[in-house]
Amino acid sequence: MFSDYPVPPCFDELLTKAHESRFPTVSLALTNLGYDEIIERQLVTDERLRDLGITFAVYGHQDGNEKVWPFDLLPRVVGHEEWQHIDRGLRQRIFALNLFVDDIYNEQKILNDGIIPREMIQTAATFRKECVGHRPPKGVWTHITGTDLIRHEDGEIYVLEDNLRCPSGVSYVLENREVMKRVLPEVFNGQSVASVEDYPERLLDTLLATAPDGVDMPVAVLLTPGIFNSAYFEHSFLAQQMGIELVQGPDLVVIDTYVYTKTIRGLRKVDVIYRRIDDTFLDPLTFRDDSVIGVAGLMEAHRLGHVTLANAPGTGVADDKAIYAYVPEIIKYYTGEDPILQNVPTYVCSDPKQREHVLKNLESLVVKPTNEAGGYGIVLGPRASKKELEECRAQIKADPRNYIAQPMLQLSTVPTMCPDGVEPRHVDLRPFVLLGGLDAADMYVLPGGLTRVALVKNSMIVNSSQGGGSKDTWVLG
Amino acid sequence: MLSRVADSIFWMSRYIERADNVARFIDVNQKLTLGFQRSISTQWEPLILTTGDNDRFKELYGKKYTQENVVQFLTLDSRNPNSIISCLDAARENARCIRDNLSIPIWQAINKFYLMIHAYPRDACTYANPQKLLDIVKDRSQLIEGAAELTLSHGEAYNISRLGRLIERADKTSRILDVKYYILLPRVQDVGGNLDIVQWAALLNSTSALQMYRRTHGRIEPKKVVAFLVLDRFFPRALHYCLVNADMALRFLSGAPPYVFSNPAEQLLGRMKTNMDYISVDDIVNNGLHEYIDSFQCQLNELGVAIHQAFYGNTTRPSMHQSQSQYVV
Repeated sequence: MFSDYPVPPCFDELLTKAHESRFPTVSLALTNLGYDEIIERQLVTDERLRDLGITFAVYGHQDGNEKVWPFDLLPRVVGHEEWQHIDRGLRQRIFALNLFVDDIYNEQKILNDGIIPREMIQTAATFRKECVGHRPPKGVWTHITGTDLIRHEDGEIYVLEDNLRCPSGVSYVLENREVMKRVLPEVFNGQSVASVEDYPERLLDTLLATAPDGVDMPVAVLLTPGIFNSAYFEHSFLAQQMGIELVQGPDLVVIDTYVYTKTIRGLRKVDVIYRRIDDTFLDPLTFRDDSVIGVAGLMEAHRLGHVTLANAPGTGVADDKAIYAYVPEIIKYYTGEDPILQNVPTYVCSDPKQREHVLKNLESLVVKPTNEAGGYGIVLGPRASKKELEECRAQIKADPRNYIAQPMLQLSTVPTMCPDGVEPRHVDLRPFVLLGGLDAADMYVLPGGLTRVALVKNSMIVNSSQGGGSKDTWVLG
Repeated sequence: MLSRVADSIFWMSRYIERADNVARFIDVNQKLTLGFQRSISTQWEPLILTTGDNDRFKELYGKKYTQENVVQFLTLDSRNPNSIISCLDAARENARCIRDNLSIPIWQAINKFYLMIHAYPRDACTYANPQKLLDIVKDRSQLIEGAAELTLSHGEAYNISRLGRLIERADKTSRILDVKYYILLPRVQDVGGNLDIVQWAALLNSTSALQMYRRTHGRIEPKKVVAFLVLDRFFPRALHYCLVNADMALRFLSGAPPYVFSNPAEQLLGRMKTNMDYISVDDIVNNGLHEYIDSFQCQLNELGVAIHQAFYGNTTRPSMHQSQSQYVV
């Protein structure tokens, strides 16, 4: 199975440079099954994903809105010890980021103490002045987080970015596992893989735990922009798994600062909204007045503590890519500890010295807009044309606050079923963290997370919107 | 349950039922065509009249009522909003909107059905011999109803789904009856007279009613066929059965006890049902079957509007599903 595997110069998650497996029991089980058999199972898998309608929408795609979720059967394995390290690092990081958001909208100690330039916050497109002075139930702002991790060629795990608004992908983690168990039982058998199946239960717990005070039997709903959203499958899947209502903006109404759903038997009060629409579309009275997917009056209900919004509006300020550069300081400031997981070295272009360095070394750096997601707007220096670099340089000069730069990192690879055999493909990892309160016991880290894989040879773009696929992630016990 | 969800489930079920009935129309006609020596073109025209989409057909195919044109128009032609494939597109889109309210077996059954129909070869062969396609449609439709019966709690979603199905079914059964009665037997004097048993048998077949009719009434007599398809309380495709059970579904949704009406839809449906409880087949035939069916379909249309208003009664926004709420007229 892996005898011809071309181990790449970067870090490979399964095979060492000496061609030895890091996880012999898993390799053996796969080898016993054999390449041809796995190809067969891959066909069954694709058919099943199609029949179940496990899809994502690609904007502007020509053949219909939905694409079947590309899934590769060879799992990505994470060892027990290593996972313990990641788990601790994520807990520390998310705990600190939640305190940071709370501080930013209230006392602003971290700004007063000069740890982060005040201007950095004031100019963040994701800072919501409407949230100043607010403290959500149990002090939780970042209920659900997806943090992107990568492994560099030095073998270290780095945090690439935090997603503190509406991180997507957890439904695919659960579906991938379901499909794997069904299609590759022989490989599962005998391994001790940490389970992910209880995630919907944990998510529901988190939502209900953060309901407004004094509500005995809180009602939670999931708010989606609708079937044309790229993550609609996930919204619908999570609502179904949790047994809560999937609602769209027009299904909700705010009356006397309380939120209700419109049902066939009249209005029903809602206490918690897991909202999967952006801040600025939430409430036409507060934000964009042209939003038809939002709910008029929702922000007032939220500010008065009559409804919980998860994640709370305003959390995006902590995943602004320029503020990301300060996360190590943020962790030290709020926890007194050194960060367990490292940041990728980041140059903030609004800082004149760092900007100068970036402009000088553009061809060796990756430049990212501070407020974009989905891989949009990224310029890869080493692969960009002269013209692209010039344009990029001009953009940075025109609006330095909007750009950061990082060295080009080598993502690690995982053996992947490719048309010509098993080949290395680059991956990243998005674990999900739930926060239902400020005690250690109120936090849950999904073991593993979503492994995204760049299916195109040598590509490091793993976003599904740009041709990426996914793998099941096995955390061994 | 959300008002929007109720509306989507209602329409999802109607569209599946509609696809199923279109398959049944073609099926019976196929059998009639094979059984007769007449020219094929005269045999396929009534089918288009049955569905009420004659104008659209003429627009697309002129007056060429050949088997190939008619079958294509009714099965895989997306330009016909009531073709099987269009019904499935609409059913699946509705299902996708409310997927979290369905059980996985129901969603999967609908999605697979949709994929099968979309992958079905669109060629002359299919239209010359559509039997395999029609069997798929009938089987898959039954599978969905079975999945709802067995895996969906018999609560709000189930009852709305049932309501949608039964209303659509009542409408389609009445249309089949009407067309066969009025178009295949152009003169009123023919009724009860020299009727072609094969035609009536085919009509019963198209509603999968032949065996049950035989067990109930034995020999085929036109009046008994009418009695069976209109007034039978136990045959699931008979109008009366549809109304009785639609009434139960509607009352489940409102929680209103018998003899009490909580909305105009219940009152309307109650009136239709009661009328059928006491009318005799002689009353129907003597006053004109066509007139009876015509009036029945008008009332069904009113009922559809009233149900829509009952589900949305407490909301003020316009329905986002308005565009699909058109009835086949």
